[in-house]
Amino acid sequence: MVKGVNFVELRDAGDPVEIARGYDAAGADELVFLDITASSDNRDITYDMVRRVAEQCFMPFTVGGGIRTVDDVTRLVQAGAEKVSINTAAVLNPDIVNQTAKRFGRCATVVNIDPKRVPYDDFVARTGREPEWVGSARPDGESSTANPGRFVLEVHTHGGRTPTGIEALPYAREVVERGAGEIILTSMDADGTKVGYDLEATGLVADAVDVPVVASGGCGSPEHMIDVLQQTRADAVLAASIFHYGTYSIAQTKQALAAAGLAVRPAPGAQGVIGT
Amino acid sequence: MIGVLDYGMGNLRSVEKAFLHLGHEAKVVGDSASVAACSRLVLPGVGNFADGMRLLDERGLREPILKVVASGRPVLGVCMGMQLLMTSSTEDAPSDDAPVPGLGVVPGRVRAFTPTRGGAGSDGRPRLKVPQMGWNALSFGADADDASAPGSPLMAGLDPGAHVYFVHGYYCTPDDPAVTAATADYGGRFCAAFSSQNVHACQFHPEKSQAVGLKILDNFARLPGA
Repeated sequence: MVKGVNFVELRDAGDPVEIARGYDAAGADELVFLDITASSDNRDITYDMVRRVAEQCFMPFTVGGGIRTVDDVTRLVQAGAEKVSINTAAVLNPDIVNQTAKRFGRCATVVNIDPKRVPYDDFVARTGREPEWVGSARPDGESSTANPGRFVLEVHTHGGRTPTGIEALPYAREVVERGAGEIILTSMDADGTKVGYDLEATGLVADAVDVPVVASGGCGSPEHMIDVLQQTRADAVLAASIFHYGTYSIAQTKQALAAAGLAVRPAPGAQGVIGT
Repeated sequence: MIGVLDYGMGNLRSVEKAFLHLGHEAKVVGDSASVAACSRLVLPGVGNFADGMRLLDERGLREPILKVVASGRPVLGVCMGMQLLMTSSTEDAPSDDAPVPGLGVVPGRVRAFTPTRGGAGSDGRPRLKVPQMGWNALSFGADADDASAPGSPLMAGLDPGAHVYFVHGYYCTPDDPAVTAATADYGGRFCAAFSSQNVHACQFHPEKSQAVGLKILDNFARLPGA
């Protein structure tokens, strides 16, 4: 099974269309635009951007961020998004996942899940529920002073700031049941750390569902991608800053993954693309 | 003029834009008269097989498509459009003995990927995730080790191992294996593309497959016309 190397667009990182063209040429396997609307109140800008990307980049791309209703989804698909990624709306109104899958198919329906570890006592006090899963430590090794080594993986919204009272594992199963064809799992504990993907959370979610899981958050090097692809059932890895700031090229990254024995699509110019 | 058929199933813009990007004339067509006027026809589509057939019939497009096929003009089915060209599909069929009828242009059945198709992995769990969503490598010979060059003009110029982008849970099994133009491996080999005289099809999305996909669409646009 070929593992994907996806690229996520950063907010305020320049003209998205130009950036998309650059990553198309460099051989990224998929583009994922997240939170592009969060920085703009003018949603028409988003639809126009999606339209221009679709006219110039002949590769898979996913758009997410700011989706509230199925009408938002419809406008993004009509503008040319192949897949839409739903985050907060799926927490507040899970039926949007069913409606999106019914209208556009499972393959177009992606749900972003942003889990973050919270202390067990805190979770139980807030929700009054016994969690399904209790973990031992955060990826950074820090443990809770109140309850050493007792954490719950709780879904958060708003970039990890708002707890939802929902556990990540039952939530992942629920959104797949409702029609999600893919999950982008962004660990809020790992995101921004560049010390590696959240192997534990990714492994748990990828084991819990039978749809593709894209690991996201924490990537600082191709070695981190190799770790998560080899040690979990994740199907693809998503990274932004290592590519955006030129720390590693897409071609370099893919070579490293291939050298580790992972099946990847070679970057352009490598063997097996187009004959002369 | 290449007609890209609009029958209410999915995003057609990217197929049309890909042809325009390559410098070919293309437009989205949705009624009988404009289908008849095309010099070549693309049948795209995503979604459910039975819905696709129902929408074609509701819009009176079955006969116009079959006339284009019979005229010898080049036809390209993409993804669901490929599957609709077959005799029948087991998708949402009451039983495997009562499959949903398709256009019947290419004899054969559309079948489902099952998670156990490739057997169990080393952890004892089924290996496959269904649908297949992602890039996969094409072969043009008997198996992945057979480095044959493509036989179909649709695949001309591609190297074995060229990657294309798939999004599907079902795949075509043509009765005549000789029509298979390319295969890929997903828990075993399956027909990724076929060419049967003037009727061509790919299960993957050439319009999403970057340079390799654009090459295939360019090949289609340059096939000899009727």
